[in-house]
Amino acid sequence: MTAHVMRISRFATTQLSGYLFVAPALLIITCLIAYPFGLALYLSLSHALIGQPARFVGLQNFGYLLQSNIFRQTLQNAFVYTFAAVLLKSVFGMGLALLLNTKIKYRKFFRGAILLPWVIPDALSTLGWVWMFDPLYSVLNWVLKSLGIINKGIPWLSNPSWAMASIVLVNLWRGLPFFAITLLAGLVSIPTEVSQAARVDGAGRLRIFFSITLPLLRPLLLIVLLFSTISTISDFNIVYILTKGGPMNMTHVLPTLAFQIGLAGGNLGQGAAISLFLFPVLVVVVYFQLKAIQGNA
Amino acid sequence: MTRNVALQSCRRFVIVYLPLLAYTLFALFPVYYMLITSIKKDSELYQLKANPLLVTLGGFTLEHYKLLFKETLFATWMLNSLAVCVASTAISILVGLLAAYGLSRLRFRGRRFFAFVIFVTYLVPYSLLFLPLSRVVAWLHLSDSLWSLVVTYPTILVPFATWLLLGYFRGIPEEIEQSAMIDGCNRLQCLFRVVLPVAIPGVVCAVLFAFSMAWNDLLYALVFISPADMKTLPVGIVTELIRGDVYYWGSLMGGALIGSIPVVLFYVFFMDYYVSGLTAGAIK
Repeated sequence: MTAHVMRISRFATTQLSGYLFVAPALLIITCLIAYPFGLALYLSLSHALIGQPARFVGLQNFGYLLQSNIFRQTLQNAFVYTFAAVLLKSVFGMGLALLLNTKIKYRKFFRGAILLPWVIPDALSTLGWVWMFDPLYSVLNWVLKSLGIINKGIPWLSNPSWAMASIVLVNLWRGLPFFAITLLAGLVSIPTEVSQAARVDGAGRLRIFFSITLPLLRPLLLIVLLFSTISTISDFNIVYILTKGGPMNMTHVLPTLAFQIGLAGGNLGQGAAISLFLFPVLVVVVYFQLKAIQGNA
Repeated sequence: MTRNVALQSCRRFVIVYLPLLAYTLFALFPVYYMLITSIKKDSELYQLKANPLLVTLGGFTLEHYKLLFKETLFATWMLNSLAVCVASTAISILVGLLAAYGLSRLRFRGRRFFAFVIFVTYLVPYSLLFLPLSRVVAWLHLSDSLWSLVVTYPTILVPFATWLLLGYFRGIPEEIEQSAMIDGCNRLQCLFRVVLPVAIPGVVCAVLFAFSMAWNDLLYALVFISPADMKTLPVGIVTELIRGDVYYWGSLMGGALIGSIPVVLFYVFFMDYYVSGLTAGAIK
């Protein structure tokens, strides 16, 4: 009898202390993530201007956005920016990881140097890039001209296509270390016996990479890709500092447009609707991440 | 034979070291260029004929740094950033420690669902909710106050810290606590006296990343705060040192470099934690 009661009370204690331990986190998540998310849904369905009461208008904001040229352009920009940056980061990141995985001298130096762009806050380092892209004093143009590669300066941030290339370049600079170091960790964990055996059987380097290394690295690569996709498409700092969405809205991405319309323009409803276009990306990423994690375990 | 060896090491140089050096140049050049810009005199900075890669005419100067500290609110911004980041990191790590401990050690009902919620919120992009959050901040009467950031940064940092620490705690055997419990420790004492000392690398890692995430925020600080003397460092530099078409490039670069120092110092001292966190954050 007493044993039974004790078991029940221990069960109750575990339950209660469990909830107490997670209570602070739960409070923050409920009040400052779940509630704002509900508010975002509500605002996106409302005509809400800053400083005025919101009025329910159904899907009007979404309908308006999908027909507006700026928004369609923004969706296209977001896709191009994310696709190009993630693709380049994974290709070069993989290359870099392979290089770092060989027996090299000064490994610590290289690893440290390679990580630096990831360590410096991009809100600050991107300012350096603005200066390097300067229309008049661009050091990049100076170098390219001195080497005889170009005759006329490249309009880095003033020409729409170059501006897109520039934000992709800075994102690549910033995000490459994450890919390289994470993939390197994956490479290190692959036992060397497998590739040695394949080499004995006469497989070349490329063959080993595509038939052994890459398949073994695939789960990790998938996770890194998903992770980078969500952080690239939701990136605000680089685009805001480099172009503010210009020239002529040709580099606007979802967060910068939401900022411009929701805050500078004061239209909270439309701004919230724009931000919510990030939500489907989140759902897809969560779904595949969970699948990848379960596949790993 | 010797020729063969020489040929091979030459090939190795071309295949391995040349691309590696090229990338290192790409990674380091912007930082070098920011540094060199911040110590050049204006007369040379805006001289089209001068070689921009070096300091040639007239030598070095510290006038840009002087301007930064004497004529702008740079020091205030730096202190604001420090206060906000230390406070929000401390809160988030504490909350994250508790939640991660509860999730990994206590078999209460709903913990799987809660772990799922943590994972989802960890992936929520920080730019998804800034507009509704600005309303919440206004309702709490925290607009234009540093508290707005202390309250909102944990929305990013808590899920992150919890997720990272959960991975660490799961790797620590529960047996080490059992003897402590028999000696009469309660759960909270277990966490802080037994588990925490073992989990120090994980905690250092979480602190490191949480602090740099908070330090790097531009969006929230830009949205919630407008008085110049309340701004954080990145916002202060971006909004107050760039006015229309007038740029103070020397001071701008100097400010960006000094602003990076706290984070870079962390990284120099805790490089290995940093690397392990970088990989753990993605994998676990």
